[in-house]
Amino acid sequence: MATIAAETAMTGRGQYRALVARRLLILAGMAVALCFTLALDMALGPARYSLAEVFSALAHPSAVADQLRVVIWDIRMPIALMALTVGASLSLAGAQMQTILANPLASPFTLGISAAASFGAALALVFGVALVPFAIDYIVPINAFIMAMGAAMLIHVLSQQRGVTTETVILLGIALVFTFNALLSLLQFFASEQALGAVVFWTMGSLTKANWHKLGITTAVLLFTLPFFLRRAWALTTLRLGDDKAASFGIDVRRLRLEIMLLVSLLAAVPVSFVGTIGFIGLVGPHIARMVIGEDQRFFLPASALAGAAILSASSVVSKSLIPGLIFPISIVTALIGVPFFFSLIMTSRKRSW
Amino acid sequence: MVQLSLSGVGVAYGKRRVLSGVDAEDLRGGEVVALIGANAAGKSSLFRRIAGLAAGDGTVTLGGTSRVAGRATPHCCYLPQDTAVNAVLTVYESILLALKQGGAWSVSDEELRRIDGVLRDLEIEDLAFRGLGELSGGQRQLVSIAQTLVREPDVLLLDEPTSALDLHRQFEVLSLVRRLARERGMLVLISIHDLNQALRFADRVMVLAHARLVAMGDPRAIVTPALLNEVYGVRARVETLAGGEPYVLVEGSSRQAA
Repeated sequence: MATIAAETAMTGRGQYRALVARRLLILAGMAVALCFTLALDMALGPARYSLAEVFSALAHPSAVADQLRVVIWDIRMPIALMALTVGASLSLAGAQMQTILANPLASPFTLGISAAASFGAALALVFGVALVPFAIDYIVPINAFIMAMGAAMLIHVLSQQRGVTTETVILLGIALVFTFNALLSLLQFFASEQALGAVVFWTMGSLTKANWHKLGITTAVLLFTLPFFLRRAWALTTLRLGDDKAASFGIDVRRLRLEIMLLVSLLAAVPVSFVGTIGFIGLVGPHIARMVIGEDQRFFLPASALAGAAILSASSVVSKSLIPGLIFPISIVTALIGVPFFFSLIMTSRKRSW
Repeated sequence: MVQLSLSGVGVAYGKRRVLSGVDAEDLRGGEVVALIGANAAGKSSLFRRIAGLAAGDGTVTLGGTSRVAGRATPHCCYLPQDTAVNAVLTVYESILLALKQGGAWSVSDEELRRIDGVLRDLEIEDLAFRGLGELSGGQRQLVSIAQTLVREPDVLLLDEPTSALDLHRQFEVLSLVRRLARERGMLVLISIHDLNQALRFADRVMVLAHARLVAMGDPRAIVTPALLNEVYGVRARVETLAGGEPYVLVEGSSRQAA
């Protein structure tokens, strides 16, 4: 009897260690896949290069032809890296919104943050209204950012009111989506033909306006928020066992929610203000991560970031390869290739994924 | 040995008062105290107040220091009544979480050994790598109990921990809790609807009715037909088994008869 018990104890511990090893392997696999899509993203475009050419341009920039170096380093790399950063940021933001609101529908898109950003951008594009009078070069992203942060803060303040459940917060978010969409339509109604085109294009989301400067800001925000999430990994995972349990384990639940919501607002608002509305990633990236790796945030966080980055990077590849010479708006491609993939994951997954 | 005392403890949610004036001195480590009373008598509220999860008047003193609302301590662990979860975690991971608050990212062998130990104590080793979402109500309850036990608290507050368990599991869990209380010098407060279990396993009972503590003491002295009539509105007998254990037999509703 004692030996059986001892063996079982070994298995429990051993099985857990094996589970952790398997997850690290999955993360490594996701990282490798991401590197592959990144290289592919840099190889494709009006001028097509082989992966070998891309790698040599990356490894020895001075040794390759000027044209190749300029195309890879100055034109394609900021866009390709922007896809990674934006995908990772939106997916992480969605993951943490789903965690703190305990709701599978939470994402920057469904909480109205993207819609608010679109409205802010349209204000600049249609009427030239600058919500902050300086930095006129960045009037569109700054407007979008302010509206997005405003929407996120409004959601947060409302969610702190007495008697507001996490389900109500989602309802409020969806109400915000409708409100901002109506306001956006109003702006479009009054817009000149040229401005209307700009608004429509902006709301479709596009990576093509990325440059090193915008990439720097987006990356800085991602790198700034990440340590906070990582430090709170155990507490965030525990939150999913319910507020009472988390609190009885010593977690200050209200403070944790506030801290994470503020960070998430920033994380969602910045990329959206630069690249426009890319709705699908923040909702689905975390779900894919949850399906393949579970919800232990030590693995779930990096997996969400990797999943989001990989989806957007792969979408960028597809958006360039469908019709040579034409780059499709990224959000269209993201949804069209992402949704079938997501459906097939849900249908083939034997385990519960929420 | 831990000591807990309640003095004039009350709980109110907004204007609705759910509990007031609960005094209980000298609750000591090593004993099992059953909390009984009708639905909505304030049992869960009292637990939440003691755990530091609810605010209210009066003072809760644990080990010489007053409890502050909104702050839980590692010495006191509360098992909520509702154990439903939809997190995508295995049972093993969910128990690990109970151990890892504020700790490092790495997980030590000692921590895993404690989890293995608690799974063995509760005889749920076979559930270890099942998803939380795949468990039955009773299994979820056992996992929640494991999460509290693994923390090895000084005070354990169990809110109806056996409501979804079969007879065998009820008996096993309550025996285990009583044994751990004795061995570790842990104070266990347990709310329970099955009075026969309360009579069998508790050293003392606290009876809540109409938002107040109406009786407290040795279960055999406290649980009488008159009390059952007052608290639950039932006509009942309290008999004694051959082994000397008392048991309650409900004959009907006294409210209907009146």
